[in-house]
Amino acid sequence: MKHGIFKRLLAESRTRDAFAIVAALLIIWEVCVHIFSPSPLILPAPSAIFAEFWSSPWVFIRHSGYTLAVTALGFGIAVVLGIVLAVAIVYSRFLERTIYTLLVALNSIPKVALAPLFVIWLGTGTEPKVSVAVMLAIFPIVIDTVLGLRSVDPDMLSLARVSKASAWQVLFKIRFPCALPSLFAGMKVAISFALVGAIVGEFVAGGTGLGFQILVAQGQFDTPRVFVSLLLLSLMGTVLFYLVDFGERIFLPWHVSQRPHVAVAGG
Amino acid sequence: MDARANAQSYVRISRVGKVYPSPRGDVTALADIDLDIRNGEFLSVVGPSGCGKSTLLKCVAGLEGVSSGQISVRNTPVKGPPDRLGVVFQRDVLLDWRTILDNVLLSAEFLGLKRAQVEGRAVELLKRFGLGGFENRHPWELSGGMRQRASICRALLCDPELLLMDEPFGALDAMTRDDLNVELTRIWQDSNHGQRKTVLFITHSIVEAVYLSDRVVMMSRAPGRIVDVIDIDIPRPRPLSVRETPRFGELTGKIRHHFAELGILKQ
Repeated sequence: MKHGIFKRLLAESRTRDAFAIVAALLIIWEVCVHIFSPSPLILPAPSAIFAEFWSSPWVFIRHSGYTLAVTALGFGIAVVLGIVLAVAIVYSRFLERTIYTLLVALNSIPKVALAPLFVIWLGTGTEPKVSVAVMLAIFPIVIDTVLGLRSVDPDMLSLARVSKASAWQVLFKIRFPCALPSLFAGMKVAISFALVGAIVGEFVAGGTGLGFQILVAQGQFDTPRVFVSLLLLSLMGTVLFYLVDFGERIFLPWHVSQRPHVAVAGG
Repeated sequence: MDARANAQSYVRISRVGKVYPSPRGDVTALADIDLDIRNGEFLSVVGPSGCGKSTLLKCVAGLEGVSSGQISVRNTPVKGPPDRLGVVFQRDVLLDWRTILDNVLLSAEFLGLKRAQVEGRAVELLKRFGLGGFENRHPWELSGGMRQRASICRALLCDPELLLMDEPFGALDAMTRDDLNVELTRIWQDSNHGQRKTVLFITHSIVEAVYLSDRVVMMSRAPGRIVDVIDIDIPRPRPLSVRETPRFGELTGKIRHHFAELGILKQ
């Protein structure tokens, strides 16, 4: 079944079109560079960028791996923590008034500006980078999950009360599944935010990662190297986004957005 | 000794009032409601929208408290949802991520019954309601009528003694509604090893109320109060064609006339 979904994904015209448009853009870019020949410091040709990658592929892969690990860890922590917070907020009026308000206030601070503070607190290792990723990614998850947990039909809750359902049963059998579509919507935003957080963390203090690579390459005016890192980043972001999308298809086959067109049975 | 064996009335509503506080002054939803629902009786409440008939049902279900007076079920004052209660709402509130069978089994899960104990009964109920073969379908694959049938099966699964139905067929088309009226009477008549369920049925259709019921309670709005209780002496079983008989016309005419006198219906 999973294999079937994967095949469908590849066969989808959307995926094919996306590849086609990227290829077309790269060709236009290449041709333009050859016609107008700008300084390679300003805009290197795609072929030069690929050559740069091939000159030391393992270096780039190592740095990508680090950034990917920071992003994944930050995202994972944000999801778990975000869900716990959302449940707490929905079930407690006190926490709603306190944590929820605090979160909203915190969200209005440009969180990128807080990154240096995390370096002071946590040093220059992996922890501050993961922390920045978590901080950026957790908001959409909390906000969307709270919305989802609250969007349960009141009649459904009445029915649960009539059947003497426990609070846990209501949470796990009704509220949480009902919130899953919103949770996934939040996760799709959060995964990109986590990547941004990881890069910001590496900008501020680091010795590894694509963010650090960009910073070093910029210092050496090594524009092709900057571009390799940028392309790897966008590739990573895209793949991560579609991984969440893929998870949504697997976990929410029942949701309106995922349904195949079915004929409604009569009666 | 079984409480219901010696209790003449299954539900006793005495001098019940319900007031909702609102910024523009209190709103009286129910005023001085006095009503007994006999054991095994099919009783309908008919009235215009806003007459408090749904509020009355919620109070009997223990989902809302009363402001004055008292409701007892089986001689026990209602404080929360009473035992052996089944509820059907206007919307079917089936859970989209569960199959029809799993939806029907939900209340049993909440009550902590083993699946093996009730699955056979659920399958049999679905079959009796014309849903045989649809056990593993999802709610969104079914029509509105079939969904409402499934939600009635869910309410009947744990063999309730008291069935509360809040305009269950209000959202269905006329033909499906006729169908379900016939099915509901059939199920009610041969239910419970000779012991019929006590049913409180809320509707805004006079024809439906007369066709289904042993007694019809007429309610009027602002404030919600009982204006008349009419015995329906049409013998059972009642085929749909009973609606064309003079006696049926007399009874519906009487109710309609009474509502007209109150200014609720136009002559």
